[in-house]
Amino acid sequence: MYPTEIDYHRASSIAEAIELLSQNDDAKLLAGGHSLIPAMKLRLAQPGLLIDISHLEELKSIFVSGDKISIGALATHAQIAASADVQSYAPALASAAGIVGDQQVRNWGTIGGNLAHADPASDPPTVVLAYDGVIHIQGQSGSRSVNAQDFFVDLFATALEPGEIITRIELSNSSSAKSAYVKLSHPASRYAVVGVCAVLEMNGSTCTSARVAVGGATMKAVRSPGAESVLTGSSLDDSALNAAAAAVKSDIEEFLIGDMSYPEDYRQAMAGVYLKRAVHAALGS
Amino acid sequence: MATAVVGSRIKRREDPRLITGEAKYLEDIKLPGLAYAAILRSPYAHANIKSINIDKAKALPGVLGVFTGKDFADVNPLPCAWQAGGVQNNANTPRILEIDKVTFTGAGVAVVVAEDRYTAEDALELIEVDWEPLPVVVDAYKATQPGAPQLHENAPNNVCMEWTVGDQSAVDQALHSADIVVKQHILNQRLIPTPMEPRGCIAQYLAATGEYTIWMTSQAPHVMRLLITAFVFGIPETKVRVISPQIGGGFGAKIFLYPEYCLMPALSKKLGRPVRWMETRSENYISTTHGRDHITDIEVGAKRDGTITSLKVNTYANLGGVLSTIAPGIPTTLYGRMLSGAYKIPNIFCRVFGVYTNTGMVDAYRGAGRPEATYVVERAVDLVARELNMDPVEVRRKNFIQPEDFPYDPIILRGLKYDSGDYDKALDRALEMLDYANFRKEQAEARQQGRYLGVGFSTYIEICGVAPSAWIGLPGEGWGAALWESANVRVHLTGKVVVTTGSQTHGQGHETSVSQVVAGELGIAVEDVTVQHSDTLGTPFGYGTYGSRSTAVGTVAVYNSLQKIKEKAKALGAHMLEAAVEDVVFQDGKVHVKGAPDRAKTIQEIAGAAALAYSLPQGMEPFLDDTTYYDPPNCTYPFGTHICVVEVDPSTGSIEIKRYIAVDDVGNVINPMIVEGQVHGGIAQGVAQALWEAAVYDENGQLITGSLMDYALPRADFFPPFELDRTETPTPVNPLGVKGAGETGTIAATPAVVNAVVDALSPLGIKHLDMPLGADKIWRVIQEHTNGV
Ligand SMILES: Cc1cc2nc3c(=O)[nH]c(=O)nc-3n(C[C@H](O)[C@H](O)[C@H](O)COP(=O)(O)OP(=O)(O)OC[C@H]3O[C@@H](n4cnc5c(N)ncnc54)[C@H](O)[C@@H]3O)c2cc1C
Repeated sequence: MYPTEIDYHRASSIAEAIELLSQNDDAKLLAGGHSLIPAMKLRLAQPGLLIDISHLEELKSIFVSGDKISIGALATHAQIAASADVQSYAPALASAAGIVGDQQVRNWGTIGGNLAHADPASDPPTVVLAYDGVIHIQGQSGSRSVNAQDFFVDLFATALEPGEIITRIELSNSSSAKSAYVKLSHPASRYAVVGVCAVLEMNGSTCTSARVAVGGATMKAVRSPGAESVLTGSSLDDSALNAAAAAVKSDIEEFLIGDMSYPEDYRQAMAGVYLKRAVHAALGS
Repeated sequence: MATAVVGSRIKRREDPRLITGEAKYLEDIKLPGLAYAAILRSPYAHANIKSINIDKAKALPGVLGVFTGKDFADVNPLPCAWQAGGVQNNANTPRILEIDKVTFTGAGVAVVVAEDRYTAEDALELIEVDWEPLPVVVDAYKATQPGAPQLHENAPNNVCMEWTVGDQSAVDQALHSADIVVKQHILNQRLIPTPMEPRGCIAQYLAATGEYTIWMTSQAPHVMRLLITAFVFGIPETKVRVISPQIGGGFGAKIFLYPEYCLMPALSKKLGRPVRWMETRSENYISTTHGRDHITDIEVGAKRDGTITSLKVNTYANLGGVLSTIAPGIPTTLYGRMLSGAYKIPNIFCRVFGVYTNTGMVDAYRGAGRPEATYVVERAVDLVARELNMDPVEVRRKNFIQPEDFPYDPIILRGLKYDSGDYDKALDRALEMLDYANFRKEQAEARQQGRYLGVGFSTYIEICGVAPSAWIGLPGEGWGAALWESANVRVHLTGKVVVTTGSQTHGQGHETSVSQVVAGELGIAVEDVTVQHSDTLGTPFGYGTYGSRSTAVGTVAVYNSLQKIKEKAKALGAHMLEAAVEDVVFQDGKVHVKGAPDRAKTIQEIAGAAALAYSLPQGMEPFLDDTTYYDPPNCTYPFGTHICVVEVDPSTGSIEIKRYIAVDDVGNVINPMIVEGQVHGGIAQGVAQALWEAAVYDENGQLITGSLMDYALPRADFFPPFELDRTETPTPVNPLGVKGAGETGTIAATPAVVNAVVDALSPLGIKHLDMPLGADKIWRVIQEHTNGV
């Protein structure tokens, strides 16, 4: 409840934020503050300097350019859930954003902060990964972009280098695909015990391409190549879904995490169950 | 008697100030020169304190003082006020700061006072404690076994008390001759009360007068003053004023005397500054009391026709590392004596071991003992039904105490008798709401489809109005004190009424319900009544609010004073009307001559005359003012039927509550909306124990569920709309006919839910499951039972 003493600086630009970040080893960016501030109150995080970026307008916008949708790192979950563009280009992201925590959390928490924090129980990483999103990053030495596949490294660990800031998240237009994110919420925190996102390209009743990502059950959001290959080319019938569920369970085996209430084997089994639910939800069946 | 205001759904008079944020909670109190305290708490569940070095902490700028237990060695340990039978010379209680040893994680060992809380927290990190960790035991049964770590020299095998009720040999014989006997091991897990507002205390000592003012988050300010002065500091009661400001919920956890409530005044005296401590949620979870935590074995015997003949219960009740204020009373008087439930069970025996373990203190939590008893009884009835392949509803009906049996003596209640009831009536109504016959059809169809649909019943009774000297006062059983309640009613010159009461409201809406009773009796507007409470300075001594006693005891005290005031008003009114007292009546706020309603004086006119007092009848004192101290002859016994319908998702183990029906009988109802609000909250808490909440310690005595991110409190969207109804069987115990409504939901709901889930899974052969029924547990049970066949 009572953080250690901190310095606070309200950054006037991205460039200034990056500069301060690279000059101060114990500095942290402050976006929505809904992961960082609770950790500071418990003194689990003790940054010396907070660089507040939460007001930087250029990082808040969501726009469509060509066949891509670009989401500013400071877009809040509530903003993403309500965005007509996200709803049409990446519907599973809109619906996932709409079930993050509770309304207060969604009004403050940002997608950039969420991806940077890389909490294994978060929702957006799983969805961004399933949509083959690209994370745009800026640092002292310029800009770069990292595929979601390479961005999530481990528990609370990403490809971000010291001094770097996420500026935007870019997703391809998936409006022709059927997609859905479903989750088993922790009854206390509402974080994901298991979250599964399926993005399916369909030709009639045949699935021509499938992307499947799992979070919550795993130390980081991971794709399931096994499930993807089982589903691709299938008509998503029960036997394909059962095989895909089995494949998901074996693909995530090495990444599993668990706790007293939800041990690893339970989460693993649920990844299979929720994969089927994600496919049904995507198809509206 | 009363006009229609009693029984009407008027909006709560408390709400405008709560909704607009004008209400002042402890944290809103600002005093000039206020200093802030932070407490260093033990990170170990069991350890000796070899030494504490406070030098660095003291040197931190902004720190006003750093103290350890040794600085308060002359202050008595806190009292254990309810030493129920069996607790003799082994009541180990907290000190305001521990000196040599800690027995649970979270025990306070040092305190920093600083100019602000941040500095105080920084200084805590500079205190160096040389700990000698000791072996730990957290399980109440294991703690009693040979070789377990010993917490207190005076409590061999960690047993604080061994308490029994009933005739063991009679029960053994009855079990022996029963047609069937069902045995079951039953866990009632530990819970954390979690009021919205944690605990806090501000104390101000004035050297010139030697007087303390202590603001604290307490459900019982008068009792706190008594315990602090007479037991802890040994100073006159008159030197302390205790104020409970607006309290953000308590659920029992704010009944008790805690170390901080004594530490703050001691610090204020040492430092000459007012000092405040406000608990964080993390502190609240480890150092405020918990509830429940029983390990129980039962044997229930019955005849083949479903008649229950005997119940034998053996319980290990976890009391924590040290005893909280009334800890031993909960698993004994309020548990063992309630094991007859709503049924005629001729032979009951219960043995309870109260056990010290390296865990946080356990004391009353909403329902306090009665939820644990109800859980045992309602599970036992279902187990019998299952064993006999009977409908659980029929087994209940077969064993119900009948309307003509009241007053009913369940023998184990030490002479008290159940007051009134019609248990079938509430059950009938609930079954009608459910459409039971139809439900069983639906269930059969669902089972055909491989779905797991279940229904659970809880035809509970409980005991309210915890007070009577005839019961709670008995030494060796109760507190050695009657818990009477007080009220003063004063009708001011203008006819406005001020009620002061020794009870304390912290969410129950007493200001509204008491006003309704006053308005109804005196025939005045509710707005003309002010209810004052929670400050020992302005109110008569009272025992506070818990055990659903403030209406059945506290408001009855108000009612009794109102009768005396009405008598006096009649006498004065008659005098003013120049009539004889025998010729007037008090009706609708007026005294009028019988048969001549126009010859009348209003209560306002009479109050004015009583206050101005220049023309009173011979010998009459001025003013309409009366005080009552009310010791009721008996407790009250609400009852009802709760029904829960669930569906279990076998693929995930998740449980959906499809319907929740509650028909409660709390006697006469003063404000149905307030009663329903109490029932709603109670059901939510009771269901939460069945499905989500559990306080879990690891084997090192660390609380794993130490935050709201892990400890799953219920939320509104976890529930379907509750379907409520009532029957009203007035109690003959008090003139208002009210029983009490604060705890029924919590007491009734838990077994209804568990019974429903067990019913849903009964095709798999499942007869019992221990709470909480989390998805993982249910999924695993289903896996085991389906893969096996
Ligand atoms: C009660 C509660 C429930 C929640 N439930 C869920 C849930 O169900 N699902 C879910 O997904 N999340 C949940 N969250 C987390 C929430 O969604 C936030 O999104 C998340 O906390 C991070 O976003 P933020 O903007 O608050 O980041 P902050 O807390 O401000 O920052 C988090 C971290 O990211 C860094 N950071 C922030 N922005 C950037 C950036 N642009 N570039 C680089 N680094 C950056 C910060 O320095 C910090 O280290 C919950 C949070 C709470 C408090």
